[in-house]
Amino acid sequence: MKRLTKLLGKTLIIAAGFSALSASADVLQDIKDRNLIRIAVPQDFPPFGSIGTDLKPQGIDVDMANYIAKEMGVKIEIVPVTSANRIPYLQTKKVDLVISSLGKNPEREKAIDFSTPYAPFFLGVFGSKDEDVTQISQLADKTVGVTRGSVEDLELEKYAPKSVNVRRFEDNNTTLTAYLSGQVNLIATGNLVATEIAKRQPQRAPESKFMLKDSPCYIGMAKGEVALQAKVNELIKAALASGELNDISMKWLKAPLPKGFGA
Amino acid sequence: MLYFSDLLQYSDVFLSGLKTTVELTVLTTILGVSLGTLCATARQYGNQASQRIVTVYVELIRNTPFIVQLFFIFFGLPAIGMMLSPWEASMIALTINLGAYSTEIIRAGLGSISKGQIEAAKVLGLTFQQTLVRVIFTPAFEKIYPALVSQCIIVMLGSAVISQISVEDLTYAANLVQSRNFRAFESYAVTALLYLGLSILLRFAFNTLGKRLFAYRTSN
Repeated sequence: MKRLTKLLGKTLIIAAGFSALSASADVLQDIKDRNLIRIAVPQDFPPFGSIGTDLKPQGIDVDMANYIAKEMGVKIEIVPVTSANRIPYLQTKKVDLVISSLGKNPEREKAIDFSTPYAPFFLGVFGSKDEDVTQISQLADKTVGVTRGSVEDLELEKYAPKSVNVRRFEDNNTTLTAYLSGQVNLIATGNLVATEIAKRQPQRAPESKFMLKDSPCYIGMAKGEVALQAKVNELIKAALASGELNDISMKWLKAPLPKGFGA
Repeated sequence: MLYFSDLLQYSDVFLSGLKTTVELTVLTTILGVSLGTLCATARQYGNQASQRIVTVYVELIRNTPFIVQLFFIFFGLPAIGMMLSPWEASMIALTINLGAYSTEIIRAGLGSISKGQIEAAKVLGLTFQQTLVRVIFTPAFEKIYPALVSQCIIVMLGSAVISQISVEDLTYAANLVQSRNFRAFESYAVTALLYLGLSILLRFAFNTLGKRLFAYRTSN
């Protein structure tokens, strides 16, 4: 009788184990079990992810992926993806995490879960150091260059004071040239464009004045992976506190994280 | 379906664009033709040095695209400390451009005045000023007047390019409206008609002016 109870108990435990496994496959546990994390990164989107001269992937997302793997104490498998197939890779469980300059929107939120933000991605007003502007109302009577018809153009039109002098140029390059030649001291554009200017013309590197539209990058993971999500969020928080995230931003975006990032 | 009524709310944008184009056209026509007259005179009657300078200027402008001249003035000159507003840069670029083309046109007119005619004026005791205005310029301009008018209109139409350096002219208005409501057909159709109207008006103004300037033939 005693043996029978034991046997029954063991069976129950095993059964419980199996059902747990099938009901909520804990990806975090899987990662630990196989001692390997598979992370999707972009291969064609510098500075987030591209193939370097040494033929290895490099960029913000690659650094971030390596950081996560290191902190989890597991090996890493970098999976290069395109922006079109990064979410399908996640849904078909080919990767555990997507770190691929992924922005949040309602459609995506239905399909996958997101971590807290790890990298800045925003439209904003940038300008030379001597321009003292910290919010949109201070644009009154100032001249701002922008590419006609772009999202930032429409945002400026909506929120900037009426007296702002918006100079609209044909395309991004002309807007950049206007800034570089000194024809305008302020431009509204994306932070990646500002990074490009900082790389090419460090002496006229534009600094971020304020944001027009914030759409930071998040790490994507399969829906319902609570443990994994908690772990990733914890690692991002630690990296934010230790300055590691800021270092990555300085390294690839030539700019510190925006004030209040991740708050 | 076409929706011209969608443009109504942007009528201010079109009107202010039209105003800028008209202002720039009037100003650059006056300045450009004056510059052309000066350069043509220098090339026809000046000393060798001034002839050479004018030749270099005319060939340089006539053999490079207008948009490159405009970008050079607007984006290039700040590098040597000459910062011009979009409006100033366009005004200068258009004037220089019209100046070069009108130099060649006016020079052809001056070339058609025979030496004998000038000598006859001298013999008849006309002053230098009288000779210049009545014997040289008036008949010279009369001969090339249609070509000069066409050139001014070409420059007016060519001024559409200045929207590239953010001057808020008529083309800028069209592009802006089109980028806001995506009514490309309507925006550009209206703009084309406005340019057409402007050209007809300009031609009419020039013809009226021509009749007065060259009235000596009939009334004397």
